[in-house]
Amino acid sequence: MSGKTTLLDLSPREATAAREIALRYGNRPDALLEILHDLQEHLGFIPEAALPALAKSLNLSRAEVHGVVTFYHDYRREPAGRHIIKVCRAEACQSMGANELVSMIERFLKVKLGQTTADGAITLEAAYCLGNCALSPAVMVDGKLVGRVDAQKFETIVAECRS
Amino acid sequence: MSKVYVPRDSAARSVGADEVAEALAKLGHEVIRNGSRGLFFLEPLVEVETGEGRIAYGPVTAGDVASLPLSTAGAHKLRLGKIEDHPYLKNQERLTFARCGITDPVSVSDYARHGGFEGLNKALGLAGAAIVAEVTESGLRGRGGAGFPTGIKWKTVHDAPAGQKYVCCNADEGDSGTFADRMVMEGDPLMLIEGMAIAALAVGATKGYVYIRSEYPDAIATMKEAIASAAAAKWLGDNIQGTDKSFHLEVRRGAGAYICGEETAMLESLEGKRGTVRPKPPIPALEGLFGKPTVINNVLSFAAVPYILSHGGAAYKNYGLGRSRGTLPFQLAGNIRQGGLVEKAFGVTLRELVEGFGGGTFSGRAIRAIQVGGPLGAYLPASQMDMALDYETFAAAGAMVGHGGIVVFDETVDMAAQARFAMEFCAIESCGKCTPCRIGSTRGVEVIDKIVAGEDRDANLDLLSDLCQTMTDGSLCAMGGLTPMPVMSAIKHFPEDFDKPAQIAAE
Ligand SMILES: Cc1cc2nc3c(=O)[nH]c(=O)nc-3n(C[C@H](O)[C@H](O)[C@H](O)COP(=O)(O)O)c2cc1C
Ligand code: SF4
Ligand code: FES
Repeated sequence: MSGKTTLLDLSPREATAAREIALRYGNRPDALLEILHDLQEHLGFIPEAALPALAKSLNLSRAEVHGVVTFYHDYRREPAGRHIIKVCRAEACQSMGANELVSMIERFLKVKLGQTTADGAITLEAAYCLGNCALSPAVMVDGKLVGRVDAQKFETIVAECRS
Repeated sequence: MSKVYVPRDSAARSVGADEVAEALAKLGHEVIRNGSRGLFFLEPLVEVETGEGRIAYGPVTAGDVASLPLSTAGAHKLRLGKIEDHPYLKNQERLTFARCGITDPVSVSDYARHGGFEGLNKALGLAGAAIVAEVTESGLRGRGGAGFPTGIKWKTVHDAPAGQKYVCCNADEGDSGTFADRMVMEGDPLMLIEGMAIAALAVGATKGYVYIRSEYPDAIATMKEAIASAAAAKWLGDNIQGTDKSFHLEVRRGAGAYICGEETAMLESLEGKRGTVRPKPPIPALEGLFGKPTVINNVLSFAAVPYILSHGGAAYKNYGLGRSRGTLPFQLAGNIRQGGLVEKAFGVTLRELVEGFGGGTFSGRAIRAIQVGGPLGAYLPASQMDMALDYETFAAAGAMVGHGGIVVFDETVDMAAQARFAMEFCAIESCGKCTPCRIGSTRGVEVIDKIVAGEDRDANLDLLSDLCQTMTDGSLCAMGGLTPMPVMSAIKHFPEDFDKPAQIAAE
């Protein structure tokens, strides 16, 4: 953890982004989740180097900010691939073969849930219900829902991500 | 050229509605992006306006578009006729979902033309106590799962000393098998805004939040759009419709934590903190957001309110069974042929929903299990399908109606795997505050693995049952407290799945 200050010095971009986004929310500590979402959209993940600046802007302790970043599944601590594919693993999708779909996808992409493909094109993540349970199994590609997913549909999605 | 409707609902988009809309626009048709009617098995559903009403075609692919005889609304293999006459819609009792799929979701004028803002208009002329009385009269109970009487909750906030109060909408909709909240937010968001504004008038709140899960980007965007439209038309903000009443509404995104659907964890999250559960008391109605009196309701609870105000509490109360009054938008999900939204009065049976509306399984195999009420709800065997859906009947059967999600499984389901997943889900989503939930769920997974592997089966089944009892008794909230429900119901109704020959490890 002693590297933080150095990282901060070396990463003005992260700190600046954090400060700017926090300011957009009037530096309100209750907007922390929104700020982190925006920061992640901007930088692709939540870099450690952004946290001290964020804490300072919101008048929170670093531990408080850190605690929030680690509590929520959405926030990534490391850069992700160019595209994010979330695969639903919840019950309605299970009833339509989600477990088999996940295995098929993992074999196809040669990564496990939570990992990024070697070419950096795709980060694969688990989701627990995407609200598409009448058209299961479902995945979400960069925020766009896809229903009734099968091997063929999935291969098309991946081809688009890689194109 | 014709006026056609293609839903902007994310589920409709998930099977190609955007491509269909684009193809229609290219042919020069006027395309309106409505909400979904909730007949997801027919999405993308295209409706064309004619002198005799809206004629539907579905499910339509972009490739089908050129062949649709839209100018005459004539025959085609995908023609469904007048959509309102479709049995799936016709046999529903749509009070809350009366407008969804008909209007342009973010058009205030469209909304008002279809009965929108009648409830709020009425509320603007009433004292807070009179609004609370109307909601109490309706018998409305919270649709988020616990079924607490909404009128009583509102009265507590109303009676709290004046000062800053809040109205918060729980739109975390984390339960698998549910999508009704999402449909409201994407298909008729002004109804939710109206319901929340009525709540604000009732209790004397001036500020509100809609806490929407991040898995719903479309709902977040549509909700924000609708709030802007409502504010521009003076239905939100300062001096609503020229009165001295004000209500400001903001959307807040969740961040992928199921537990933030629990109301006190949601409050923590709205305050920018980790989503851990607060002990009760104090109840949020007295000390909620930032310690102030707060109304927290589910999307569907707020969405029921405009009807209750415009038609009267008694009209709403006319529907239902026993102490479960009004209608519930049930969601037919999972392995089902005709999945979608079915709003019916309480008292409808599972069979009527799953077989009548749903048409049985998607796979065509026999139904084996049905999970009602989300991941914390019980698994029921097909033999219990004649049970009426109301809070009390389900509670008496060791089950729960919850948010009205109904997930169907066919005979290929492995119920030991489902029980294991319930424990696994609890371990993943526990907020970590209490040991029985945090540690017990992980232990639960291990014990189920042993049972499946045939290791000391009877002893481990006893251990699992004890563990479930500890979780039920020793958990602060229903996450740990109700995870035993799917687990124990699976063991009770499907014991044979826990007593199979030991599985080969690397199957
Ligand atoms: C683990 C857990 C998850 C919950 N998830 C939700 C949810 O996603 N949406 C919801 O409205 N209520 C949810 N609830 C219920 C809320 O705590 C609360 O009862 C509800 O929001 C109150 O609104 P209502 O009275 O209108 O139902 C959840 C409860 C628990 C214990
Ligand atoms: S039961 Fe689980 S989720 Fe609920 S408060 Fe305890 S640890 Fe948190
Ligand atoms: S369970 Fe997969 S979308 Fe709901």
